[in-house]
Amino acid sequence: MAVADARGKEGDFDHVLRRLVLAHIVAGLAALLIGLLTGLAFAFQFMQSYWFPGIEWLSPGRVRMVHTNILAYGFIANVFLAGLHWAVPRITGRPVLSPGLSWFIFWAWQVVLAATGIGILAGHAQAIEWGETPIFVDPVVMVGLIAVAINFLAPIVKSGRKPLYVALWYFTAGLVWTPLIYLMGNYVPQFYLPGASGAAVSGLFIHDLVGLFVTPLGWGLLYYFVPVIMKRPIWSHAVSLIGFWGLAFFYPLNGVHHYLWSPIPMFAQYGAVVATIGVEIVVTTVFINFLATLRGQAGALVQSLPLRWIYTGIIFYVITCIQCAYQTLLTVQTIVHFTDWVVGHAHLVMFGVFGFWIFGIVTELWPRLVGRPWHSVRLNRWHYWLTTVGTSFMVIDLVAAGLVQGYLWRDLAPWEATLRASAPFWTARAISGFAILLGQILFFVNLWLTARSSPAPEAVSVAAAAA
Amino acid sequence: MNPLERFGTILLVAGLAFFGAAVAVEAWLPYQVLRGLPMQRLDEIARQVPPEFEDLAARYPDAFRRHFGAPTPEAYARALQIGIETYRAEACWHCHSQFVRPVSNEDRRFGAVSYPGEYQNVLQLPQMFGTRRVGPDLIRSAGKHSNDWHVAHFFEPRDVVPSSVMPSFKWFFDPPAAPDGVPQPNARGLAIVAYVQWLGSWAEQPDAPLLPEVTAAPGPAEGAAAAMTPDPAEGAVAAAVPGEAP
Repeated sequence: MAVADARGKEGDFDHVLRRLVLAHIVAGLAALLIGLLTGLAFAFQFMQSYWFPGIEWLSPGRVRMVHTNILAYGFIANVFLAGLHWAVPRITGRPVLSPGLSWFIFWAWQVVLAATGIGILAGHAQAIEWGETPIFVDPVVMVGLIAVAINFLAPIVKSGRKPLYVALWYFTAGLVWTPLIYLMGNYVPQFYLPGASGAAVSGLFIHDLVGLFVTPLGWGLLYYFVPVIMKRPIWSHAVSLIGFWGLAFFYPLNGVHHYLWSPIPMFAQYGAVVATIGVEIVVTTVFINFLATLRGQAGALVQSLPLRWIYTGIIFYVITCIQCAYQTLLTVQTIVHFTDWVVGHAHLVMFGVFGFWIFGIVTELWPRLVGRPWHSVRLNRWHYWLTTVGTSFMVIDLVAAGLVQGYLWRDLAPWEATLRASAPFWTARAISGFAILLGQILFFVNLWLTARSSPAPEAVSVAAAAA
Repeated sequence: MNPLERFGTILLVAGLAFFGAAVAVEAWLPYQVLRGLPMQRLDEIARQVPPEFEDLAARYPDAFRRHFGAPTPEAYARALQIGIETYRAEACWHCHSQFVRPVSNEDRRFGAVSYPGEYQNVLQLPQMFGTRRVGPDLIRSAGKHSNDWHVAHFFEPRDVVPSSVMPSFKWFFDPPAAPDGVPQPNARGLAIVAYVQWLGSWAEQPDAPLLPEVTAAPGPAEGAAAAMTPDPAEGAVAAAVPGEAP
């Protein structure tokens, strides 16, 4: 697909490799489609009507691992790489270390995704939560992550002895953390530490993946895109500092809260609970900062779909954090742990927050990348509303299901009674999944029609000026 | 210039030091507490062949002989290895946890509360704690159900537990040799049963099940009605612990 860059050759104007950004976005959205279909297929297992019964390669347990992995490493990672390739050169005024390396990373990453999916379906999954990537693929991932870090840290370092802009704090830390947590989570519990000590490391890994890979890169992108779209600076630099350093201090300590009341020594569990509540307090400052950036111009949420996506994600983020501070309490854990409550929480975080931020970024960038105005703003609105309503419904449904399950378990109801009580919630979950899928299909159609429409350079510059 | 905004500070303090400190407190310290616990190799685990494994050999003699020979410690070790590999490949651990918490009446539902020492073996490398229970916890499974219950359950869970949402694992079975025969468990089928029957075999088991077995459950419609009785939870407690109703 040829990319029309109205203002010159690839990378000329602002060091952005537009074709690469586009490639990462397309790959990420393809991964999203696979992720939604596998998730929906798995949801049907809970209604006793699985789509592919008796086929070993499409067994529900394996398909579930494809669902989580393709969304984390295919959808989120790909589009975040697109966002980094757009934002870092524009903030630093410098190109990435090497465009060749960028393209190598792009293709290596897609090979990793394909190998992960095929490996899992063939029965070679690694038994580590969020690290199901087969053991033989892990070294390639490590090389890729280190290459990503070097590629982006180079322009950040070269931008001189000046203070870094907020977005670059988050990028720098996230790029350093990601290879470290991948190394820790995929190797230590696999080869060195069994049982409870391994579970402590696994807990750190599960949480660091969200807190030290997805979260910092996500906030970094927001600290770039929100001021750019709003055409006004972030409200308070001092509050940004509190938010970043508080996150950097508290987030790495959280992990063991995934295994509360387990045989892991209790001091580690208490520490994780306290640190989790610490994170939630710190995150509130970031929320206030972004909300205050909007002051007096909340009408922008009506006009600008990218902003609407991003701020809906921010509101979901706050709900997530309040929920997290609450559910991490040992008393609440006795009921909600092991239930669909946690599944609802995970969907709210991974899709409701980071997925929504990604939709905001893609909605902002796509017309500029293909050099054409949106084919249909109306379809984009449908995309927003179907996804928002579907996600909200799914999360509320799963949280409610979790409470029902948790109390029935505590009250020693027979296991089958808890399954029967869950059945209507599981049906509702699949219905909300359909709403989300339909929203994305409309989005894909719109992306395609936009890219295929006749180029209109004037319209683009007008649209860009109006955005 | 504020040092908190410098590349070097962010790289060294936020990127490395904070991360390292967290790993030290939340992973290295727990390891220091637990490192003295003895670590069991596979041959140590399999030294004693349990009655469930001998029962598998007697119940499925042809399949067992073909895949494992005789029920020796060596064959048991091999079965446990294939069993855990199957458990990982099918991601059983995504829907079944392997630890009993000291809360939420779990010791009455599943059995003794878990303790760190029982996880110090190669079959918990990587650990199989799990974070979700679509199905029940499995760490106290040994002897709870018979081998043929498990075999029937793996073949088609809903034949045994009507409201189950567990996948059926037809590929754990060889097709019947004769046209009118029944499918026999293959190596994976025998091994996964041996593995599940191993879970908790080291812990003291109560003489009677903690909860009444609910295998002949009512049909879906009746079941839904049963679940909707005015106070299912209260009724269940009364049914579960006769004479101890609150």
